[in-house]
Amino acid sequence: MSYFVQLVVDGLATGSVYGALALAIVLVNRSTGMINFSQGALAVLSTFVAYAVVQAGAPLLLGLLVAVAFAVVLGAFVERVVVRRFEGGDANTAVVATIGLLVLVSGIAGAIWSYDPRPFPSLFPNATLGLGGVFVSVRSIGTTVVIVAVMVLLQLLFRFTKLGLAMRAVADNPSSAALSGLPVSRLLMIGWGIAAGLGAVAGVLVAPQLFISPTMLDFTLVYALAAAILGGLDSPLGAVVAGWFIGVVENLAGAYVDVIGNDLKIAVPFAAMIVILALRPQGLFGRRTVVRV
Amino acid sequence: MSLLELQDVTASYGQGRVLHGISLSLAEHGATGILGANGAGKTTTLRAISGTVRTTGRILFDGRDISGLGPDRTARLGIAHVPEGRGTMAQLTVRDNLLVGAYQRRDRRQIATDVDYCLDLFPQLQARTGSPAAALSGGEQQMLAVARAFMAKPRLMLLDEASLGLAPSTARTVYDAIRRLRSETGLSMLVVEQNAVLAFSLVDDVTVLETGRVTVEGTASELMGMDSVRRAYLGG
Repeated sequence: MSYFVQLVVDGLATGSVYGALALAIVLVNRSTGMINFSQGALAVLSTFVAYAVVQAGAPLLLGLLVAVAFAVVLGAFVERVVVRRFEGGDANTAVVATIGLLVLVSGIAGAIWSYDPRPFPSLFPNATLGLGGVFVSVRSIGTTVVIVAVMVLLQLLFRFTKLGLAMRAVADNPSSAALSGLPVSRLLMIGWGIAAGLGAVAGVLVAPQLFISPTMLDFTLVYALAAAILGGLDSPLGAVVAGWFIGVVENLAGAYVDVIGNDLKIAVPFAAMIVILALRPQGLFGRRTVVRV
Repeated sequence: MSLLELQDVTASYGQGRVLHGISLSLAEHGATGILGANGAGKTTTLRAISGTVRTTGRILFDGRDISGLGPDRTARLGIAHVPEGRGTMAQLTVRDNLLVGAYQRRDRRQIATDVDYCLDLFPQLQARTGSPAAALSGGEQQMLAVARAFMAKPRLMLLDEASLGLAPSTARTVYDAIRRLRSETGLSMLVVEQNAVLAFSLVDDVTVLETGRVTVEGTASELMGMDSVRRAYLGG
């Protein structure tokens, strides 16, 4: 029994990281209607900035703040300079453009810092708590707490603030939003900036575990995309819960189903995703799109 | 001084010119209807004013040249465009749509009062404030579009084909409410409408466009007296 609980706890910890990146993806989708495949690469580049700050002798917390600030500017810049050319056009073109960005940004990080994984300090003490035979690292608890806090803040932002309402309006119908006086292009930049800042937080949280390298978040991004879709692309709560679900299912299937084992366990959450989406196309927490004409 | 004045305005989509130098003016608190066949440039005239199409010539709003300003800037100056096809935010609730309309305002209490006014003007929306706009009927969506434009507290409302796709009785209901809105608030209106009977019920003056040019203008009663206008737009 304690083995089972241990697997679930470990799954939740991994799932929190999927959820963190999924939150950034949901944020971009909710504020611009797009899916940003370069979300992970932007997060990695920002995490390298934190790494550089720490290398220069500054504390990690300062590194995190600098990384988030850098990411906000980077995200807004990318939206303004690259993505804007594709907005309002074919959605597929925009998606391919963000995949191109993924390759480009990873390449930049690789050119500067090389592809060798390097150790990265943790924000949380390297301790483990034991409770009834189950062990959980302080780092996992810290990561989960931060992710839940960010999720709650995002829910509040969208639900109760004027900025959140404006971002939802722009994602829904940019031309009508402009006719109501909303500064559409500025709101799009803000959406991308906040999402990239969130990605930087995710990167700094996960880097101690994965070791920092330009490809650090490649797998995480795939899981995060799955979590975002599974949770419902417009739901921060859904992104986090689906992230946990994927982390736990992956862990349990790998441990308990012999044929699956370690190599195939990454496929399990996707099989689950296909089944769930067949039954509930809008995702677990997404709102169903209704259109009457 | 007129609230809105167009001087020799042209507008083009890419290579195709749609307006060939039109001029018109609208007094504060006035309402002018724009009639014309499909493709005459009615919608483009409204789009030229709200800044969603490229133009030449001068567009003066309250004495200030607003040509070349984008739609968000003209909206902030007090021009509310209710676009053809309604343009509601489909996934946002009725209430959120109204609040988006009031985005540029700071007077919170008055906003709440104006939401109530909109729901009084369009009682059909009262039970639907929590529903997404996409779940509304066509008539209700049109009401929401007008209400959202009003929430900006504009000085000028541009109304594009508010009767399009509606059952005749629904179209009349919408126009009754718009007429009430006009008389109670004194809001200036520029009204594009295929249904000339509805247009004449709302406006003081009428401008007729043909292939991007003004061909006839006058008061509503003058135009109703013209055989050519009656034949073309009022069914004899």
